[in-house]
Amino acid sequence: MTSGTTFPHAPGYVAGDRPRIVTARFEFEDSFTLERYLATDGYAGLRAALARPPADVHAEVRSATLLGRGGAGFPAGVKWGLMPQGVWPRYLVVNGDESEPGTYKDRLLMERDPHQLIEGCLIACYAAGLSQCFLYVRGEMAVAQERLATALNEAYAAGFVGRRILGSDFSVDIVLHWGAGAYVVGEETALIESLEGNRGMPRLKPPYFPAAIGLYGKPTIVNNVETISNLPWLLRNGAAAYTAIGTEASPGTRMVAVSGHVERPGVYEIVNGTTTFRDLIYGEAFCGGIRGGNTLKAFVPGGGSAPWFGPDQLELPFEGRTVGAAGSMLGSGAVMVMDHTTDIPAAALNLTRFYAHESCGKCVPCREGATWLERILERIVAGEGSERDLELLLDVGASICPGDFPHASSERLGLTAVPFPYKMTTICFVGPSAFVPVHSALTLFRDEFEARIKRRTTIAVTASRVPR
Amino acid sequence: MARLSEENLALALEIIGRYPRKKSALVPLLHLAQEQDGYVAEDAMVHLAELVEVTPAEVLGTCSFYEMFKREHVGRYLVNVCGTMSCALAGADELIHHVEQRLGIKVGGTTADGLVTLERAECQAACTEAPCLQVNYRYRYRVTAADVDALLDDLVAGRLDGEIPAHGVVARVRQHIPAERAVPVQPPEAVTAAPAWFAEESRT
Repeated sequence: MTSGTTFPHAPGYVAGDRPRIVTARFEFEDSFTLERYLATDGYAGLRAALARPPADVHAEVRSATLLGRGGAGFPAGVKWGLMPQGVWPRYLVVNGDESEPGTYKDRLLMERDPHQLIEGCLIACYAAGLSQCFLYVRGEMAVAQERLATALNEAYAAGFVGRRILGSDFSVDIVLHWGAGAYVVGEETALIESLEGNRGMPRLKPPYFPAAIGLYGKPTIVNNVETISNLPWLLRNGAAAYTAIGTEASPGTRMVAVSGHVERPGVYEIVNGTTTFRDLIYGEAFCGGIRGGNTLKAFVPGGGSAPWFGPDQLELPFEGRTVGAAGSMLGSGAVMVMDHTTDIPAAALNLTRFYAHESCGKCVPCREGATWLERILERIVAGEGSERDLELLLDVGASICPGDFPHASSERLGLTAVPFPYKMTTICFVGPSAFVPVHSALTLFRDEFEARIKRRTTIAVTASRVPR
Repeated sequence: MARLSEENLALALEIIGRYPRKKSALVPLLHLAQEQDGYVAEDAMVHLAELVEVTPAEVLGTCSFYEMFKREHVGRYLVNVCGTMSCALAGADELIHHVEQRLGIKVGGTTADGLVTLERAECQAACTEAPCLQVNYRYRYRVTAADVDALLDDLVAGRLDGEIPAHGVVARVRQHIPAERAVPVQPPEAVTAAPAWFAEESRT
């Protein structure tokens, strides 16, 4: 395979000379069929797992340090071990509600390799004693739902799912469940509420982990689609082969979508922990630089909820701890790139509007705060802001996130980084996420806000658009 | 409009049967109701309440939380143009403006012939293929104004009927668990021990 190979049947995905764990079948147009899956090691990981006691399989996953790919980066093997002893039944809920701004990977995995996900679910259930699995797919993903429904029907008929799997006494049902359009449902306790048929609002914490009290109040493992999709390879090749890729703290690979003002936006399976943001944005094997030879202004390293980075952070590796210390987070594997033509206040408004729109309304600081952040930004972008508005934005933000807020360092501004995460007055991350773009934009580009306020009598309303 | 038809009632009972508690089936059942009528009718919500044994108000509570559920008629085609960051960086706002001009409606509106409803959607997980849109949840990638014009012409002429079902239908393939392969579903409180295959000595 040469660098930068694309496939019309997998829009966005770019293959290269890199290890492929979860995207190995993407080159095949029929990668979603059982026939192709069986011809390419399909269900061999499940067979390998069933030949060993469940505790062994769990130990293998734990020793691989398979980090969660949904946002928090919590190791799956450790999460599985958080369930209380002697409380039954235990459930698996797979989070396929991908909707974080900039994130495009789980949908590809569901559409292009549904059997890999199904096999991963079976391995997880076997290893952790989970007696039923719910595959929660985002409501708007019609094709992913169809591919998974077809794959499940095939897998049931072939004896891979359901009662007495592959002739063993291992029995588990996988139920395809789908949502109906609500970003907040990607939060794991909101996902459980939605799966119980309720409004998808996050639950009060503690308990912090659904592993203790989850679906129907029972121990529940919630794992991301990409996390689970790693399991078949991991069981076929072993933890040693897995940890041989990437770094000790962040082994294996990661799917990353790079979008925005780059020459070749794409979804890449990268080596975890070592690939730098410069590689991703400028590398010939990746995005090939900023579009039209433009200059990089800023980038979002981990989805809309992640504090922004500037050119100062390009040499950082795509690695959770390093990025956290530098003032942001890797989140869901989504890099959004802004070149020098970007209207920063309008870009901040765009993201804040997203979170204000998606606030479920349960916590007052988020419901009111996000909405007010949006309104204040709107009037600034419309050229109707005042100097006082900038302090007001920070003040509203402080009611959602009291204390120091994370941000990147900047040589230009003489800033040192404040590490991630932050304190918060809400029960989930939607509220703080509404403040993230405001804080990042104001910290790194305050001059643009001030200029917009000073020019307010002459600017046209069309400036609310993010220019191309 | 309507309670569930006999055929859909059978489907509803099959879906309910997969869950340890009936109410868990509610979101899929609301989709079923929307598939039947193109929107979620009040009578359908009352019917679903009977089926999952909650009050109609609880069904409405769930229904009204989720954006995909429409409680009144929308166009045959719901055109959702993504307006979130990656798409905005690629000109989504201009694209939305163009669609408004072309259709003679604003975001949220429906054309007079009842064919198209336009919405500004939030991130659709196609960020590298910006700007993107969905027609009844079928994607179009790297969309230009000319692409939109051609798409709308095709919709009007019925040339996409094979690919794009009417609003309400999302997935056209359903999961069916064969009875002989299904693991018996029990309410959570009825399960007090580890699954038989999760042997005592191997518990973690």
